[in-house]
Amino acid sequence: MLAMLSDQPLLAALTALLGLGATFGALLGFAAIRFRVEGNPISDQINALLPQTQCGQCGYPGCRPYSEAIADGDSINKCPPGGEETIQALADLLDVEPQPLDAEHGVEKEPVVAWIREDECIGCTKCIQACPVDAILGAAKVMHTVIADECTGCDLCIEPCPVDCIDLIPRKEGISFWHWSLPEDRASRYDVIATDAATRDAA
Amino acid sequence: MRTIHDIHGGIHPPERKALSRPGDLQRAPIPPVLVLPVRQHLGVPALPVVAVGDTVMGGQLLAEAQGVMSVPVHAPTSGTVAAIESRPIAHASGLTDQCIVIQTDGDDHWLAFEGITSWRETDPARLVERIREAGIAGLGGAGFPTAVKLSPGPARSIETLLINGTECEPYITADDTLMQCRADELVEGAHILAHILSADSILIGIEDNKPDAIARVQAAISRAGATIELATFPTKYPSGGEKQIIEILTGQQVPSGGIPADIGIVCVNPGTAVATQQAIIDGKPLTHRIVTLTGEALAAPQNVSACLGTPITQLLEHAALSAEAQQRIIHGGPMMGFAVSDLNAPITKITNCLLAPTATELPLPEPAQPCIRCGHCAEACPASLLPQQLYWYARAKDQEQLAEHRLFDCIECGACAYVCPSQIPLVQYYRAAKGQIRDSEQEKRRSDNSRERFEARQARLEAETAAREAKRAARKAAAQSQAAKNGSDPIQEAIERAKARKAEQEPNP
Amino acid sequence: MLGDIALLLVGAVLVNNFVLVQFLGLCPFMGVSNKLETAMGMSVATTFVLTLASVCSYLTYNYLLVPLDLAYLRTISFILVIAVVVQFTEMVVRKTSPLLHRVLGVFLPLITTNCAVLGVALLNINQAHNFIESLFYGLGAALGFSLVLILFAAMRERLTVADVPEPFQGAAIGMITAGLASLAFMGFAGLI
Repeated sequence: MLAMLSDQPLLAALTALLGLGATFGALLGFAAIRFRVEGNPISDQINALLPQTQCGQCGYPGCRPYSEAIADGDSINKCPPGGEETIQALADLLDVEPQPLDAEHGVEKEPVVAWIREDECIGCTKCIQACPVDAILGAAKVMHTVIADECTGCDLCIEPCPVDCIDLIPRKEGISFWHWSLPEDRASRYDVIATDAATRDAA
Repeated sequence: MRTIHDIHGGIHPPERKALSRPGDLQRAPIPPVLVLPVRQHLGVPALPVVAVGDTVMGGQLLAEAQGVMSVPVHAPTSGTVAAIESRPIAHASGLTDQCIVIQTDGDDHWLAFEGITSWRETDPARLVERIREAGIAGLGGAGFPTAVKLSPGPARSIETLLINGTECEPYITADDTLMQCRADELVEGAHILAHILSADSILIGIEDNKPDAIARVQAAISRAGATIELATFPTKYPSGGEKQIIEILTGQQVPSGGIPADIGIVCVNPGTAVATQQAIIDGKPLTHRIVTLTGEALAAPQNVSACLGTPITQLLEHAALSAEAQQRIIHGGPMMGFAVSDLNAPITKITNCLLAPTATELPLPEPAQPCIRCGHCAEACPASLLPQQLYWYARAKDQEQLAEHRLFDCIECGACAYVCPSQIPLVQYYRAAKGQIRDSEQEKRRSDNSRERFEARQARLEAETAAREAKRAARKAAAQSQAAKNGSDPIQEAIERAKARKAEQEPNP
Repeated sequence: MLGDIALLLVGAVLVNNFVLVQFLGLCPFMGVSNKLETAMGMSVATTFVLTLASVCSYLTYNYLLVPLDLAYLRTISFILVIAVVVQFTEMVVRKTSPLLHRVLGVFLPLITTNCAVLGVALLNINQAHNFIESLFYGLGAALGFSLVLILFAAMRERLTVADVPEPFQGAAIGMITAGLASLAFMGFAGLI
């Protein structure tokens, strides 16, 4: 057969290419079945980096839907509670450029926790039903209170409250939360002569 | 003769110790007001047990410990509780903290205390309890609760008790003075601590720039007929770090991320040992400590034994501060101390020195210039780290690489910043980076916890919905099987019944 | 025999390094060297592809094209071989490490157009290597590529945190560094 084919160059060429194509096609088909991937494991890794406030500010109904959206290609800068640190961590994980927080979805605020003004609480349980992490303790006609250690500050309880008795207070205040900050990078990084900077400081 | 090893790096800044006349211990006057922070230690703040208006006696409990990592606070003298409120404290942040303010009455009445003279026959656990009740925290500067340090746990066996008499930082002579003036109490305190830890040997390490202290301690050891080893070694900063002195005297290195108890050693400051002796033998709680008042802006630099809670201004007045000459007051030494923002802040268990330099004595740092990658910092680091790499990664906030380069092994001694030719404030970068890492670890724990709670709640809601569905399906199936059995449809029957009732109620035309 | 193989390897890895001396495969070299882990992942993928492609192209050429007198079809058949091998590799990577797959992104299928891979296949023919020589030549090329990629990634990681003047940040300082590294590798000339 080889001898016959070598006499007919065009046929030989076609046979060779088709033969190659068929062989490789079969190989790839087999590999596609053998190496099939179920689900989308990367969204788990993305979800682990999100702050889990389940607040919905990103436009998705919770952190897991947003993590799946990012795995499908959505931008990483939609999470205000996570802020810059989360954007940076996502950028490092996915090896993309970090972008500034998308102002359309909110701004980065200091961490807060909810606090119920007990004098005004009527015991309606609407806030308890709204809380995504079950951080509110209480029952019908009984005083409600927020477990501060579990509260993520997502503010989903503020709206349902019929008497508007829930405040958001800063979480990280006081000497226990203080730590040193980086020495400011001077705008004059290229000051070779130290006295120039010193004179500018004095002025 | 013990082999003295050397640590990597280290520097030799001018000592300036003679300025504060070590060995000549004075007594600071009792101030009119004492401000006692409820947290003078590393850990959870203490809870006040007195109320405003209460009269207190010297040595009375003011605030009780909350949990294991907490230390109680006692009144240093008699007086009245004037307030329990936020007051400025001596802290790098300049923030305030909860304090118990006492108006002293000047009479200095004290409660009577009973010690445990037969401590050798006493169960170590009881002695540790006494130490906890006496409010003793590490007096070297970190304020670690001593009762916790003396309970390394059953997994660790302690062979050596090391009394750290190094005091390597320039200017500070508080421990030097203590070792000269309280040598006998130090020896007895060391014995008590060794008994508690069931340590095989006691070792006291003193730098060779303190010949008087060495002589006095040696004499005290001989007087007590004790088998305590006194080891001296060449002066270098920062040999006084606990990991450094252990390496110098034993040649062993504390494993990265570990504590000295992991290699069978417990390291204690001489002040803590003396406080232990007072707590056990006399039953007295910790209410005073020796503070070095030094610096050229003081006309009378000295070492004083002062009440805890004495405002810093009072002590500086006692040492005749000339306010025009001083440019800042440093709490601690020139290497690891910080400038005090409010001079009304009080001294606490961790105050070993107040330094009042003039502008020429300790000039303000020059502005930082770009890093020239000279590598002097790595040569000077006593923990054999790479300060230059830590600097770059701290600037870039690269937490992974900081962990790889062992950021948390840094003892923040400042040797790298001292040698840097560009005057880069390196230690500030490391402190900021450590704070950020601790912060993000805490945030990570919180968010993991929130995710678990959220998923648990989702599961619970789904289970409830599923249970409801199952019940409804079961009822429907029961009704249908009933219909099949009786030959009639219960739903149809219900509709007929309703129709009949309606027809009954309708009035006949 | 062993000596020849050793010389072949040293030649492919150092003296005639495919990236820094022959300037092939520069696209993934600059594109994937931002992080060390990514670079390591890419070098493993490329090693796999290069070795397999080198062997497959040799077999295709010598046992299909030459007997049928179709040597002129070598370019297109090599491209076919390489494309299939790359596709196969992509499936394996996707299965074993979805994160690496996501991070490598478009650069994984771009190995198909990596001139180093086609270059190895064609050079094997030019230099009339036998089967064993082809295998080791492909392996050597891959090792050289991986070596340089990893070294460069380590340097770029340091450059990201260094005080680079703004006009030079990013790809610019990367190119300058690559040029300097290339000069360094020229020093191997004359080694064998």
